[in-house]
Amino acid sequence: MALLTGDRKAGRPSSRPAPGGTRRWWTTRRRDHLAGYLFIAPQLAGSVLFVLVPLGLVVWYSLHEWNVLADTFEFTGADNYRAMVDDPNLPGVLRATALFSVGLVALNLSLALFLAVLLNQRLRGTAFFRVLFFSPVVVSLVAWTIVWGFLLQDNGGINGLLDTIGVDGPNWLRGDLTAMLSVIVVQVVKNVGLNMVLFLAALQGVPGELYEAARVEGASRWTQFRRITVPLISPTILLTSIITVVGSLQVFAQIAVLTQGGPGSSTTVLVYYLYQQAFQFHHFGYGATISVLLFLIVLALTVVQWQMRKRWVFHEQ
Amino acid sequence: MRARIAAAAAVAAMLGLTACGSDGGGADDGPITLRMTTWSANEAHVKLFNEIADEYKKTHPNVTAITFDAIPFESYTTTLTTQIAGGNPPDLAWVLENAAPDFVSSGALLPLDDTLKGAEGYAFDELAPAATKLWQADGMLYGYPFSTSPFGIFVNTDLVKAAGQKAPAELIAANEWTWENAAKLAAAVNAKTGKAGLVVRDFDYKGWDNLSTVWTGWGAEAWSADGKTCGFDKPEMVEAMTFLHKATFTDKAFPGPGTTADFFAGEAGMTITQISRASLLKDGTFGWDLVTLPDGPKGSYAVIGQGGLGVLKKGRNAEAAADFLAFFTNPANSAKLAQFFPPPRTSLLTTDTLAKTNPLLKPEQLEAVVIDGISSGVVKPSHTGQAELSQAVRSALDPLWKPDADVPAVLGGVCTAINPLLAK
Repeated sequence: MALLTGDRKAGRPSSRPAPGGTRRWWTTRRRDHLAGYLFIAPQLAGSVLFVLVPLGLVVWYSLHEWNVLADTFEFTGADNYRAMVDDPNLPGVLRATALFSVGLVALNLSLALFLAVLLNQRLRGTAFFRVLFFSPVVVSLVAWTIVWGFLLQDNGGINGLLDTIGVDGPNWLRGDLTAMLSVIVVQVVKNVGLNMVLFLAALQGVPGELYEAARVEGASRWTQFRRITVPLISPTILLTSIITVVGSLQVFAQIAVLTQGGPGSSTTVLVYYLYQQAFQFHHFGYGATISVLLFLIVLALTVVQWQMRKRWVFHEQ
Repeated sequence: MRARIAAAAAVAAMLGLTACGSDGGGADDGPITLRMTTWSANEAHVKLFNEIADEYKKTHPNVTAITFDAIPFESYTTTLTTQIAGGNPPDLAWVLENAAPDFVSSGALLPLDDTLKGAEGYAFDELAPAATKLWQADGMLYGYPFSTSPFGIFVNTDLVKAAGQKAPAELIAANEWTWENAAKLAAAVNAKTGKAGLVVRDFDYKGWDNLSTVWTGWGAEAWSADGKTCGFDKPEMVEAMTFLHKATFTDKAFPGPGTTADFFAGEAGMTITQISRASLLKDGTFGWDLVTLPDGPKGSYAVIGQGGLGVLKKGRNAEAAADFLAFFTNPANSAKLAQFFPPPRTSLLTTDTLAKTNPLLKPEQLEAVVIDGISSGVVKPSHTGQAELSQAVRSALDPLWKPDADVPAVLGGVCTAINPLLAK
């Protein structure tokens, strides 16, 4: 932007009215606009082609019964939406999704903030621990999950470890609660580093003199954290919570690799249910209907968080 | 300024070009290329397929390329359906037996009768009716059952010996090869060697249809032959599952949920699987045997798994693909394929033919497991809408895999879960 503004000033002398109508129409301002549009064109084309068009198509498909094998595509109006309201599996799926999201967001954000505060100290070796906690972020998600799948088996590494201290570990992926807990923890450990780094950056932006002043006033460490740190890093808390909530609703690979939605349907979250309906059961129309529901849920949660920022985010007006 | 616009235009154009660059070319006229999806990336299999394809291309110069596209077994049907949905169907496809009813009844496959009967020297009439039954609708054949593979039990004779037990072969000779004794043997292997007893391969507490290799011995079935009545709450099934549950959680004859044990890596005393897995024993480091499934309370029985080969109607070269299918499965090529996939042709189902191509197996093993198995075998459960049914059964069966499970109650729950689907 600064480049464009600077250039416009530089280009002004050359764009004085010149003889001939075309020259006057083809002003620097228009040229700038065209350049701007051309620069955003690739991104815009990508967004239209790969985001907006598929989004529209999903809504269109959700109004149809699409049998891939028989090659039929029939308009059924709101039938899929009515079926969704009556779907006996859906309440359980929504419950599992909510449980996963709440568990993930609470654990991820609190752990990330805790680690960031710890690693924000001027101590020997913090750089090593920063790298340690961040490194899972760059590991391939599926490879990460498969290895955890081995570790979480009944005769796997985690129970082996527990065994050495005399604890008989549960069969993690076979119990309703332990399976959900395992999926959440695997995901938190994978991604906590990203939020940690964001929090760390925010913490380092908090002016030191505020803490000094607070100490002079006799504020405890906890009061300093609550009254200074949290308000000043609140924009980052908002950002990380939006990213984490939206991310938690999109969880798929971990479920597909670790539990396949089981045991029973205790870890069948919305995206996995969508995948089952569309790609395993071949109900592409109904699958599209579920993705419309998912879209609305993500949209609603983001709007709510965005509205709430006015109440608690320090920098927002 | 001008340079900037030019740069922006160049970037935009470049990306535009990349986006359009992958437009696939049509093959409606001129040279034909064929693509067959399979679930085998086994080098020996692919080599044989390519040899057959090369031979076909010699006499059919218009067919310039035949490719074999291996898709992982676990996601095979899903990937195939997604390719069809995406408008990129293969010309020919292997179809798993559990997907057969959906593929055959939906009209996705081309009827093969005319092409196969018209092919020179094809000997269509020698296809065993027991093998083709699953692949027919309204008297027409929609898939060729290229692999009709019975389940047997592979035995690690070293582990059995180490456990101080009689080998299954001895039990068979003494007419004592029953499920009760097989479970005792497996439990002893586990207790004495610490290795797993008996592994139902590919079950892993998810692929429940593989348990039909056990419960058929009790005369149990997942659903009635017409597919309308649930069989899980019937007394035979309750008895069979009670046996399985006790053998797993009390006697530790079967490895419990969440435990992995690979027979072919020497980690289990016995495994139930198809004979095509014998190739995994080529560099075997332990002594092994292949025996029939033990007798259940209902006597001896056999279970077979099938793979079919069909031509996708939506493929661009359906006619040419059907012609290649006729060549791929003619008597000469069937004989070659028989080394990996037991064929449905009665003339090839002799110990002599099978022994030539299955050097790892002894004639009596082939006779007992393969030939008798194919003629009398029950095919693994399949139904239209199998994926949804299968998921419902898996989910409802999960509570069974706990030590304190109430077996009849869980099985009743399976029927409650699948009855609406069976009624569809």
